[in-house]
Amino acid sequence: MTLLGERSFRGFGGYRHDRTYWWRPIVLVMVPVAAILFQVYIPLFFHYLTYLELPLLVTVFFSLKRRHPALGVLYGASIGLVQDSLSSNPLGMYGIVKTLVGYFAASVSLRFDVENPAVRFLLGFFFFFFHQFFYWVLARALLGQGLEFVPGETLLFGLMNAAVCVPLFHLLDKL
Amino acid sequence: MDFLIRRYRNLTVLLLVIFAQLLLLAYQVRGNQEARLIRVWAVTGVMPLARLLEGLRGGTAGFLENYFALVGVREESERIKKENTRLKLENQYLKTELATADRVRALGAFQARTPSKLIAARIIGTGSGANSKVVFVDRGSTSGVARGMAVMTEDGIVGKIVATYPTASQVVLITDATFAAGVISQKNRVHGTLKGQGHSVCMIDHVQNEEKVEPGEWFYTSGDDRVLPKGLPVGQVKIARAGKYVQEIYLAPSGLERGLEEVLIVIEGIHQPIPEGPQAQQSLRLLPAPPPEAGVEPTAQSRGLTTEADRLIDRYRRVGAAQKHVFGEGLPGSRPPDFNLNPDAAAGAAAVPPNATKPPAAPPPATSGGTPPGSSNAPRPPSAAAPPAAPTKP
Repeated sequence: MTLLGERSFRGFGGYRHDRTYWWRPIVLVMVPVAAILFQVYIPLFFHYLTYLELPLLVTVFFSLKRRHPALGVLYGASIGLVQDSLSSNPLGMYGIVKTLVGYFAASVSLRFDVENPAVRFLLGFFFFFFHQFFYWVLARALLGQGLEFVPGETLLFGLMNAAVCVPLFHLLDKL
Repeated sequence: MDFLIRRYRNLTVLLLVIFAQLLLLAYQVRGNQEARLIRVWAVTGVMPLARLLEGLRGGTAGFLENYFALVGVREESERIKKENTRLKLENQYLKTELATADRVRALGAFQARTPSKLIAARIIGTGSGANSKVVFVDRGSTSGVARGMAVMTEDGIVGKIVATYPTASQVVLITDATFAAGVISQKNRVHGTLKGQGHSVCMIDHVQNEEKVEPGEWFYTSGDDRVLPKGLPVGQVKIARAGKYVQEIYLAPSGLERGLEEVLIVIEGIHQPIPEGPQAQQSLRLLPAPPPEAGVEPTAQSRGLTTEADRLIDRYRRVGAAQKHVFGEGLPGSRPPDFNLNPDAAAGAAAVPPNATKPPAAPPPATSGGTPPGSSNAPRPPSAAAPPAAPTKP
């Protein structure tokens, strides 16, 4: 990960100095692929890890660190389409949802200090909940699928993903 | 434009990417009817607009069409309302005519069965004055109506003619205070004078307190006044009570109970006997008793005599008949019939031929606790009256 630039701007709580990073292409490709493979392969042995949305967390991470909404859109769309291609869904379902997640994550990074672990925890929790809810809305509205949305369960899995995202982001910061 | 694109570059990219993916989704997904989602979306998006346009077109055309079709509806409605009103009036008129025809038919039937000569007349007016009970009928002297003739309906007398004109006559009703007529009661033949009171109830005067008049009793014209023929119903007693000198008897005139529209004028009155039976106006009409069956002698049971006294009287009658004894005859001290005799056995013995051997006399009855016949404590036959005769009337 290479520091691409540094800028100071007026955000919440006064002036802040934020940094923008750049990664090598291999990292931009392999990390999402690894996350998708993890989600595809690992739940075969640990079923409860089905709800660990590593592709989502990777999208959030890259969008937060890159601080560029347009690029966040592209990250999210790309990862989502790949995820769609490996699922039984029509292409675009995860793509649309992760596009929105990438955009909002990049937009949030322009306003908040996303280096803070607590903020990362909250963002991980929030984006997981948003991802699941919006997917449920799209599935019902566009595909007419009778999916169930259980808020309590979703909140619980959101906490699990938030708990994972803090060390994961710390690990990805080392790349 | 370039400024806007640069200003909202991120948002534009977002919308473009999402739109592209939506198109991708639409192209892939097939709905329940195997139609691609993009086709479904297109149809769903376009059809409401088409429906809106069609609704506007149809509504406009329907409005114009209805507007032109409704021209003249107001006039048509007014015409139908007028026709409906006319038909209602006509219907009411026909109903009234039908009721009139019924009354006229009833009057005609009464006219046919009464011996007096009657003519029908219609009430055409009433007298002036609040207290006057006077009406005018459409029959006058040209129809043979003369002063003093009785006026009645099939229910009873109404009044009498007090003035005649060529085409009309004036009738004073029996409720008028100046009206008076001789009447007689049906049950006890009590004579009295019917007087009007100026209201719906008449009074019968000149009936002594000793004479018996009961509420509900019918009064008829007596013919004593030489105006009204005898035997016309007048009314039923409502109140009958003893007065200071004479009885106070109030009577509801039967001829006025159902209103007055058509009446009968008695041109030639013929006296009739006072009927014995109840008036036809009575609400309860009794059938006559059924005739006795042929060959069956009525017995106590058949007559419904089921009390102990009835059975005892019946036994005494059969005992007397078996011994050819007539109750009520014979001097005191003469031999009474043997009441211990079995009447059925005695009747069977009487039926055998005379040359047959006489059956042994019946053993004397046990006297323990009993009473010899003929003693003063023996049950007395109903000697005060003859044995009950076979019922001849119900």
